[in-house]
Amino acid sequence: MAENEGSSLLEMRGITKYFPGAKALDHVDFELNRGEILAVIGENGAGKSTLVKVLGGIHLPEMGAIRLNGQDVVIDSVQAATKLGISFVHQELNLSDNLDIATNVFLGREPREKKFLRLIDRKKLYRDTEEILQHIDMNYSPRLLVHDLTIGGQQMIEIAKALSIKAQILIMDEPTSSLSRGETEQLFKVIQELKLQGVSIIYISHRLGEVKEVADRVMVLRDGRVSGHLGKEEISHERMVKLMVGRDIEKFYHHEHEVSKKPVFEVRDFIVPEHPKERINFTVHAGEIVVLAGLVGAGRTELAHALFGIVKPLGGQILLDDRPIVINSPQDAMKAGIILVPEDRKLHGLIMEMAVETNITLASLDRYQKMKMIQFEEVRTVANEMVQKLDVRLRSIDQLVESLSGGNQQKVVLAKWLCLNPRVLLLDEPTRGIDVVAKEEIYRLMERLASQGVAILVISSEMLEVLGIADRILVMHDGSISGQLSKEQFSEEAVVHLATGGK
Amino acid sequence: MKRIAGIAVLLFVVMLITTLIDTTFIKGYNIMNIMRWTGLFGILSLGEAFPVMTAGIDLSVGSISGLIGALSANFIRMRGMPIAPALIICFGLAVLMGFVHGLLVTKIRMQPFVVTLCGLFIYRGMARFTMQDITQGYGNAFVGLKFLAHGRVPSAFWPAGQAPKFIQDWSLPMPFLIIVIVGIILAIFLNRTIYGRYILALGRNERAARFSGINTDRMTIVAYMISSTCAGLAGILFSLDLNTVQPSTAGNMYELYAIAGCVVGGVSLKGGEGNILGVIIGTAIVRVLYNAINILGIATTLEFGVVGMVILIGVGADEVIKSLTARRRIAEVRSAHGSGGAASSGTT
Repeated sequence: MAENEGSSLLEMRGITKYFPGAKALDHVDFELNRGEILAVIGENGAGKSTLVKVLGGIHLPEMGAIRLNGQDVVIDSVQAATKLGISFVHQELNLSDNLDIATNVFLGREPREKKFLRLIDRKKLYRDTEEILQHIDMNYSPRLLVHDLTIGGQQMIEIAKALSIKAQILIMDEPTSSLSRGETEQLFKVIQELKLQGVSIIYISHRLGEVKEVADRVMVLRDGRVSGHLGKEEISHERMVKLMVGRDIEKFYHHEHEVSKKPVFEVRDFIVPEHPKERINFTVHAGEIVVLAGLVGAGRTELAHALFGIVKPLGGQILLDDRPIVINSPQDAMKAGIILVPEDRKLHGLIMEMAVETNITLASLDRYQKMKMIQFEEVRTVANEMVQKLDVRLRSIDQLVESLSGGNQQKVVLAKWLCLNPRVLLLDEPTRGIDVVAKEEIYRLMERLASQGVAILVISSEMLEVLGIADRILVMHDGSISGQLSKEQFSEEAVVHLATGGK
Repeated sequence: MKRIAGIAVLLFVVMLITTLIDTTFIKGYNIMNIMRWTGLFGILSLGEAFPVMTAGIDLSVGSISGLIGALSANFIRMRGMPIAPALIICFGLAVLMGFVHGLLVTKIRMQPFVVTLCGLFIYRGMARFTMQDITQGYGNAFVGLKFLAHGRVPSAFWPAGQAPKFIQDWSLPMPFLIIVIVGIILAIFLNRTIYGRYILALGRNERAARFSGINTDRMTIVAYMISSTCAGLAGILFSLDLNTVQPSTAGNMYELYAIAGCVVGGVSLKGGEGNILGVIIGTAIVRVLYNAINILGIATTLEFGVVGMVILIGVGADEVIKSLTARRRIAEVRSAHGSGGAASSGTT
């Protein structure tokens, strides 16, 4: 491999890519140096993922040239990218969790025996995997089933997989979106080590705090174009946001609502099936925003599912306005005015291949019927109203939800549930994976609902959000509520302390 | 709607080609025959469409129609039961079978394929055992009942043989009228009621439907009940039409015709997609093919081969057209070049 001192390792020029109905990338230029950590940021739909998918051979651009080590290259398939030493860690895990670590790491590239049947060389397979695992400080046996690892552990396997091809460029698309703080820190350590070994890293993230921590340089995309670069010293939260949205965001949070003393939603001795030994007690008052903080896997989502009747609790009581209610199914919860906006919009929140209108009115369809016949005009009116109220950006309510950007999809999820005029609103990671502007809009919406007296319980893992929006913070650890913080006790340290099991 | 137009064109093309080769195809008698068969098989396909729309499948419809057909003939002729209670029992059984399938699929969480495959075996066994493999039929009586399968409207309003020739030739067969009625009822259910929307929603994403407060178990059970009820109705009509029901063979492979009708008619096996008119046209295409093979003198041993090939080409063409339209949309954006290209494609 020819070392061209001073010139960049990778150059992309004039990359342009179309999608049905949209221009995803518009003459994007960028370069990457050896051993550099380049963060690519931008709002949802800005083209970050598309850009790296072009580099990874997943998308073929309509225009543009790629030069690697000073030579023109064509990357028309994932195999071609792999051959050039470009490796991709995707946002979603692409592992076969029924197979062991080694098999996953070398899937499709298994070392073979030299004998005539060319069977898999199992000895080499496990030895090589073990080596790579040690390389990234993972002390797992390569024979462990991926299924038995935590999400964070699985993410590390993805990285091991990427390293196993001796990558010179490693692309990471939102690698921390499902990692706990500890796991994230471990990942950063690995990234720094790789950098020292001369691997260049392209790091895509929504989490600006992490970008600041890890990146040598930041490239910002907006609407498929490069809107700016920031050198190491220039990286600051405000500057990144400004380049992303093209304007300043002065204030994220506004606390204008009044918290009343009236308890609306009270949970007593509640037992979630996943953590049968823990009893959960808490109260949410009218107009109060309570944030449920904690690490991924602390049992927050499971608690929310049990409160909403998705799974049956093993015991305990739920009181609404001081009166006990029985929730055996989501229907019961909804009848009582309790709704859950689930975390995973693709899996639980939306039916991606259906129209916006159908999705918005699905949960409340029962209200727009006469003799079980859908009143289509009413349905369309409601859908249009909600679209306007939440400022969902779309061409028409007949558009499929999958054709919207992440932030707009999330607004459709919210629209669907807010049609029901809830008294108690459970929100599970309502701003995960959406851009700053959409986030701000969702915070404003929560404010508005709180000021109308809705009791709101928000599950959030983003520290800024936790501290910014909460009237009160509950922290969960290992299935139980490990502590409660009132406004004057709010601090990052306090939350982390409780979330990691400190007393 | 585009999709329906597509399969309507396919039906038209098959009919046109057959006619060009041999004009006996469009004789009134032949067309009426095809419509009668379309009605009979179409009822099976319409029922089948519902489990398929929930992302399930019903393999038992052939055996159900065999068993119910045999039972209805047995009750009415052999046991001399009055017609009304006999039919009520038959329909009751059919409904019950679907209910049990639905329960096993939703509450025990068994796979629809397995549940209904077992149904396929069990009902066939029950038919053969209870009938002791003896062929059932209605004999020469029960003309009124047989009118449901053989009757033709409006020529039936004239005394026998006195209707004008034109009306005689072009009166619609009863099974076709029945499928029109069943089709309208199911179309209203699917497209106009909240339940239809629930079925489509849960077929695409069951968990999201459940999080939306939809009683997904109940709707799935309803889908299997629609399927088995339609199979029961078709079974009775088949038995009246043929007037012989062999417990060991009646309805054999009909579940596969039913699924073929759905697939050609645009019901996705992925679930969450389908429409009634498409299924009827899809069934008609399969029936026309059979008829064409007969009329054109193609060796009947080739029957299955031809039907399989045409379905393969039809469904394959549909997929090709879909990806072509996607490509054309990209080209449109490219020519618009940047103007208004901000609409995100959701790929980030």
